[in-house]
Amino acid sequence: MINYIWAALIVLSVISAIFTGRVSEITSAVYTGGDSAIQLCISMAAIMAVWGGLMRIAEKSGLTNIIGKILSPLIGLIFHKLDPKSEAAKAISMNVAANMLGLGNAATPLGIDAMKKLSELNHKSQRADNNMVTLVVLNTASVQLVPTTIAALRSKYGAENPMDIATTIIITSIISLIIGLVVNKIIIFITSRKREVS
Amino acid sequence: MIFSFIISGLIKNVNVFDEFIKGAEDGLKTQLKIAPALIALVLAVEMFEASGALDVITWALRPLANVIHMPAEVVPMMVLRPISGGGAIALLNKTLEKYGPMSKIGLMSSVMCGSSETTFYTIAVYYGACGVNKTRHTVVAALAADAVAAVLSVVFVNLML
Repeated sequence: MINYIWAALIVLSVISAIFTGRVSEITSAVYTGGDSAIQLCISMAAIMAVWGGLMRIAEKSGLTNIIGKILSPLIGLIFHKLDPKSEAAKAISMNVAANMLGLGNAATPLGIDAMKKLSELNHKSQRADNNMVTLVVLNTASVQLVPTTIAALRSKYGAENPMDIATTIIITSIISLIIGLVVNKIIIFITSRKREVS
Repeated sequence: MIFSFIISGLIKNVNVFDEFIKGAEDGLKTQLKIAPALIALVLAVEMFEASGALDVITWALRPLANVIHMPAEVVPMMVLRPISGGGAIALLNKTLEKYGPMSKIGLMSSVMCGSSETTFYTIAVYYGACGVNKTRHTVVAALAADAVAAVLSVVFVNLML
């Protein structure tokens, strides 16, 4: 699926560029794209290293056990057949905690950590299992409690109360998250039944 | 949060410095594994943004947007949000400057921008880190969530005004 989307982005860009006369723009975008990707990788490497280190301390000190226990009812509800005492379940709960607190910078490295632990349970297969799909869906539609960037932009252009959209954003993102998880569950349900029949 | 990590480590007699270094090493290794996927994605996104393809898609989606009473000016945000996080913020900046934060278009764009994530980036990074290439129904479920967020932003703002 990602193969098609990636190819579609590029094919569509080239065709549009020909029609809108921006061929030279996308040619230079090929080089600036590489540049900004490497810059992104470097700033992300810093975050990955810092949170990788902090997570290891949290694991050794038993902090992840505590957070895992607090969030285990929620995790059990969303994920299927996942041992709440497993390393993967603890890592997922750290990722969920970071998402709920709005720590966007921390959520990604913690989520990737959880993903790798789920991958180990899945025998490092190249095919995602149900829980891996669920974790990605959870993170593509994460709920942000305090939309700081948006509020900052709104106040820059003279909004008297820039946080006025916060409640709407929270409600919208919670409903969309639930829909994403429900669609995910329905597809899992249908595909597992198909496999049983055949 | 970081403080509490260190303190709880010290209380439990963890060699905090040694463990931090081991974890940081793992983090850097993971980053190296993600890097190729990131480069591929950022490249495609920058080409997309430079090519004017956004205008083409916006034009194609206009009839669909009409059905849910979405102003044509908000459609680019709906298209760009799952593809590019930085692009969506830049677009919001331009939109608020042009239409004002309290306009219908400004409010819809703000809610849409805040209520979803950069879906393709998340998918590429998460799966890139553990070498998965068969992502099954991930994209469908994630885009369903994005679509719901886009529609609800329009509906809620229309109700508010």
